[in-house]
Amino acid sequence: MNWSLFFGELVSGLTLGSIYALIALGYTMVYGILKLLNFAHGDVYMVGAFVGFFVLKWLGGPLAPAVTGWLAVAIMFTVAMLACGALGVGIERFAYRPLRNAPRIAPLISALGVSIFLQNSALLLWGPQFRDYDTFDLVGVKSYHIGTNFFISNVQILTISVSIGLTILLALVISRTRTGKAMRATSFDRDAAEMMGISIDRVISFTFFLGSALAAAGGIMFGLVFGQIFSLMGFTAGLKGFTAAVVGGIGSIPGAVLGGFLIGLTEAFATGYLPGGSVYANLYVFALLIVMFLIRPTGLLGSPVIQKV
Amino acid sequence: MSSLGGGQPGEGGLPAAAPEPVDAPDRVKVGVDEWVAEAEGRRAARSGLTGALVRVWERLPAPARLAILIGPFAIFPFITNEGNLYRYGLITIIYALLALGLNVVVGFAGLLDLGYVAFFGVGAYLYGIMASGHSGHHLQAEIAIPIVVISTALFGLLLGLTSWRLLGDYLAIVTLFFLQAFVIFVNNANGGLNDFSYPFVGKVDLTGGSNGLDQIDPLNFFGYHITTTKGYYFFTLISITLLMTMLYFVNGSRTGRAWRALREDPLAAEVMSVPVNRLKLLAFMFGAATAGFSGTIYGAVQSGAFPGDYDVGLLITIYAIVILGGLGSIGGVVIGALVVNGAPELLRSSSNARFLFYGVLLLALFIAMRPWYKPVVVLLGTIAFGFAVHGIASAVWSRGTAGHIEGGGQLGRALEHWVLLPRNTSSIAGWAYFALIVAALVLTLLRGWWRALALIPTLYLASFVWENKLVEQVSGATRLILLGGLLVVIMNVRPSGIFGTSRVEIA
Repeated sequence: MNWSLFFGELVSGLTLGSIYALIALGYTMVYGILKLLNFAHGDVYMVGAFVGFFVLKWLGGPLAPAVTGWLAVAIMFTVAMLACGALGVGIERFAYRPLRNAPRIAPLISALGVSIFLQNSALLLWGPQFRDYDTFDLVGVKSYHIGTNFFISNVQILTISVSIGLTILLALVISRTRTGKAMRATSFDRDAAEMMGISIDRVISFTFFLGSALAAAGGIMFGLVFGQIFSLMGFTAGLKGFTAAVVGGIGSIPGAVLGGFLIGLTEAFATGYLPGGSVYANLYVFALLIVMFLIRPTGLLGSPVIQKV
Repeated sequence: MSSLGGGQPGEGGLPAAAPEPVDAPDRVKVGVDEWVAEAEGRRAARSGLTGALVRVWERLPAPARLAILIGPFAIFPFITNEGNLYRYGLITIIYALLALGLNVVVGFAGLLDLGYVAFFGVGAYLYGIMASGHSGHHLQAEIAIPIVVISTALFGLLLGLTSWRLLGDYLAIVTLFFLQAFVIFVNNANGGLNDFSYPFVGKVDLTGGSNGLDQIDPLNFFGYHITTTKGYYFFTLISITLLMTMLYFVNGSRTGRAWRALREDPLAAEVMSVPVNRLKLLAFMFGAATAGFSGTIYGAVQSGAFPGDYDVGLLITIYAIVILGGLGSIGGVVIGALVVNGAPELLRSSSNARFLFYGVLLLALFIAMRPWYKPVVVLLGTIAFGFAVHGIASAVWSRGTAGHIEGGGQLGRALEHWVLLPRNTSSIAGWAYFALIVAALVLTLLRGWWRALALIPTLYLASFVWENKLVEQVSGATRLILLGGLLVVIMNVRPSGIFGTSRVEIA
């Protein structure tokens, strides 16, 4: 067995998976509270990557940043997460809130519209070309190895650990704070929560803020790991993020992370091992989604839904 | 675009679902049979010119309505040239045909199928594989079309099977992923280095990869080749007339009623022993077959199938058509196709696009604002505001007026004295675009005269962004931005679509 290939795909799968996990968290939170599939989420992720890029440019570019590389990365994360959080709140306020009591199909179509709007606005303003993050010059990519076959770079370690760190933070916010309690109450029964004095609008806005900020972090990680971003990157990533959320069990936070890593690993190993994998990896992810739906429609960690009229 | 309707979120944003409190509250309650029975009456009570038109329209017998919708299309080829017939006529009807199929899936049965245009692509590619110089086979159309229709229906059946286990939103994502999978597949299935090796046959060049499948044969029925645009036009027109007639009868049939029950409430329908799963599959198959059929025509018309044609852009276009026409409305689809396809085609030349842009703004202003003097004030205010800004800018910031308008024309030349045209626009226009979105959103929060007042600089900003940024990519990104915005605005203002009748919601 070719261990070097195996470990290579393992590490790249974990890296990809941690990005998908961050996107999936946003889907799963919004779905848990609003029962809404937020199609625009993938595009928020793309906007996050671009905000990060422009912050980097404003700091002097990857070749001569005004501050040291890692600090620049930290600033990029902060600004992009705040900006995209605001974007998410805005999307919810104007595209979804007026439709909260509409038939189910209306907000879905509205979300599709927002997605197309964002994607093409990016195309109009920033063009279709690739933008370079230039991670090599920015932070100096180093590769560590354990034994002869296992290699991992510092950017990959950063991506995986930031993703896990943000997830733990999110879990703490949801389980320990008053707002988190309000979120759980809203998710459980919106009307009852409102009657108990919870401001539903604020809780939903906060949920969108958190989800979008996490997506922005994912977008920057993508830029750091792959070195390049482009204005159409949101669509496929959004699909996979949602797949991750579904595979893990929608509405469940640990499920989203688990699903994210599963999708990332599937994609990486399909690329390495399956026939036609280098171009058809996404088809294998799709197959996983279908199989998952047929075997366990509620996902790995999801609880069965009881339909009510 | 999102400034046009403005949105009335204060009114609940959903006229369709909210019962109008027209009757005395002690007599009629929402959901009671009596209330439902009176829905027709309330609709007929719509006032003004539109109300009268709707009443006349609804009183017409079905054949007359069909004739009114199709008649102009039948005359169109005789009063126009080849190019216009292709762009405005043929493509519009193909889109309408495609949208009719989607209307069955989404409008009748209420299944949000986002993989729909994949079937359109499957149709074009399958026909291309069976009859093109690329593949080397040349099947007659009378054999190829039934094969395409049956195989796309089977594909629809397969995709529809997932709808047994999935609720609405899950289905949406699975189908969207299916579309993505289709696009990836046709982009790569050229028998190249990375392609699959199929059992028994090995590597085959199925789709030509990203270059597309070229040299598709013209449709060839029993040796008679359709070669002219006019021929394809009439072929498609006859097909759509037949399909509309068929759908009219299906809509009134047992199946049509069952589909509507399924759309309104799947669980309740199932409890009432409606065979939900079978109906879902039927809707999927019907939609897929229609899409496959129109894909065949499209492939033959284009004499090629190219992966970029069957992507999310087309999906949004078709959805916009169906939604504009009103979900579930058969005739509305034709009008929706006319608007959605015709308008962007007009957008192709920038001076036409300019007339359309300002025309639509004006129209929307006068439709959305009451009483009549309000839009007049806004219009005059905007014109005065523009000249004032332009005057100040030419005095203090000469670079801001140095540019020239794209395309020119009489309106264009006049506008050069009104709208700011900086020489190097890219970054300024980018920020202005951003500011315009924010301004349009803020506008939806304002009421009364404040909104009218805020509209003045917003309109000016809109024309600034249009002339400096949007006009650059009228047939590409701008078109999709407008369609995307349109979907959001329609969903927020009038979810039943412009020509759709509002549904009776049973609370």
